[in-house]
Amino acid sequence: MSALPTRKDEAFRYSDLAAVARHWPVAVEPVVVAAGESHAEVIVSTADSPAIRHLAIDVGAGAACRYTIIDGGRDYGRLALDVTLHEGADFALGCVLIGTGAQTLELVTTVRHAGPGATSRQIVRAVAGGAATTTYLGQVAVAREAQKTDSSQSFKAILLNRGATANAKPELEIFADDVKCAHGAAIGELDRNALFYLTSRGVPPAQARALLTRAFLSDALEGLDEAAVETLDAAITARLEAAA
Amino acid sequence: MSTPMLIIDNLHAEVDGKPILKGLSLTVNAGEVHAIMGPNGAGKSTLSYVLAGRDGYEVTGGSVTFRGEDLLGRAPHERAAAGLFLGLQYPVEIPGVSNLLFLRTALNAQRTLRGEPEVSGAEFMKLARAAAEKLGLPFDMMKRAVNQGFSGGEKKRNEMVQMHVLKPWLAVLDETDSGLDIDALRVVSDGINAMRSPEHATLLITHYQRLLDYVVPDHIHVLMDGRIVHSGGADLAHRLEAEGYSALAA
Repeated sequence: MSALPTRKDEAFRYSDLAAVARHWPVAVEPVVVAAGESHAEVIVSTADSPAIRHLAIDVGAGAACRYTIIDGGRDYGRLALDVTLHEGADFALGCVLIGTGAQTLELVTTVRHAGPGATSRQIVRAVAGGAATTTYLGQVAVAREAQKTDSSQSFKAILLNRGATANAKPELEIFADDVKCAHGAAIGELDRNALFYLTSRGVPPAQARALLTRAFLSDALEGLDEAAVETLDAAITARLEAAA
Repeated sequence: MSTPMLIIDNLHAEVDGKPILKGLSLTVNAGEVHAIMGPNGAGKSTLSYVLAGRDGYEVTGGSVTFRGEDLLGRAPHERAAAGLFLGLQYPVEIPGVSNLLFLRTALNAQRTLRGEPEVSGAEFMKLARAAAEKLGLPFDMMKRAVNQGFSGGEKKRNEMVQMHVLKPWLAVLDETDSGLDIDALRVVSDGINAMRSPEHATLLITHYQRLLDYVVPDHIHVLMDGRIVHSGGADLAHRLEAEGYSALAA
């Protein structure tokens, strides 16, 4: 991880390479969740957060690990998660990317099912306004030994206007034969029928768009307790107001 | 002396450049229930969308006055705040937004625009509970995402719950009876009748005379090819049912 990436590196094909160069090299941060333990972390990026982070997460046998990420706070942001799951481990990711102005935000995940019976569930929701770019590169790799793997990956993006961009590259690499791997990726706009419905009931258009956008992102916060959702809501609302 | 609630004068409108309404005129007074009947493609739904101000429905001529003020120059949410309610033929599902949040947001947005104070959470819950009970919609459904997983009948009941909480001066109900079984039709009809008062008015848009057995209108109009071609009293519905629209057109 020392040579400066180029456009030829698959993992950097949509990157803002000039920004990457400014922040290179990046030290890989190891995270170890010991067998049977559980670990939950929330990352809310701000203007002062490091532009690029690369976490190598090792989830031991029977351990559980959950990451909740709200990303939207700086000109260039890239978060790479390399996750290795051992036997019976569980990994959950809920991520919200909110791009505004000329921002480029990237989430790159690699989830390796190394042992049998591990589960992973990734829900990534992106909103891009202005001339922002959001990118999700998500790879799930299932090793030959990793039978009974149960993995899901869902990516959805909404473009708030015509100048915004969303990239998605879901990738599955499966060497075991008894596995469940679900994945989906969709990029669209806010539902016009729903917008009309809200405005016809008296909700001003800007407020209606914010309500629908917030609802679209809610999947990524699934399973968190109410207090946590409320805190994250404040962060999301602030970002959305900037994006509108 | 009744006061005009809605005056539609020589209204022309088109969709995708195709003329749909071709000189429609209609006056609805406070306290009255009017029904508009007509065959498929006559312009019934277009009329309701034009009144609500939906994108893509372009007015090319004529005027609409609502409670003494021009309606067509206003945005949809301003029309709602002025007291116009459109009950949709196909109520929209909104995943991730609960019925209660949807309705409270709408009510308070309307009140804000009218310069009234917002209702408190407790006050709102009381209103919503009362409306849901009256319309036979289990209150648990109010906590669920808007119309998601609702049956056709439940969606229409939900429209009525919204109408009862928002208390519009004029309700335009587009095919509110479609997709309802007899029991649901009765509940929805009771809901419409409960809104009848000397100050309120209702414009029912329907295919069939069935609804009009339960909500007896003061006037019935026949809409064909973008214009009102015939008007009469409540008995007109049965004549139409027996003879069809084409008999009138002849």
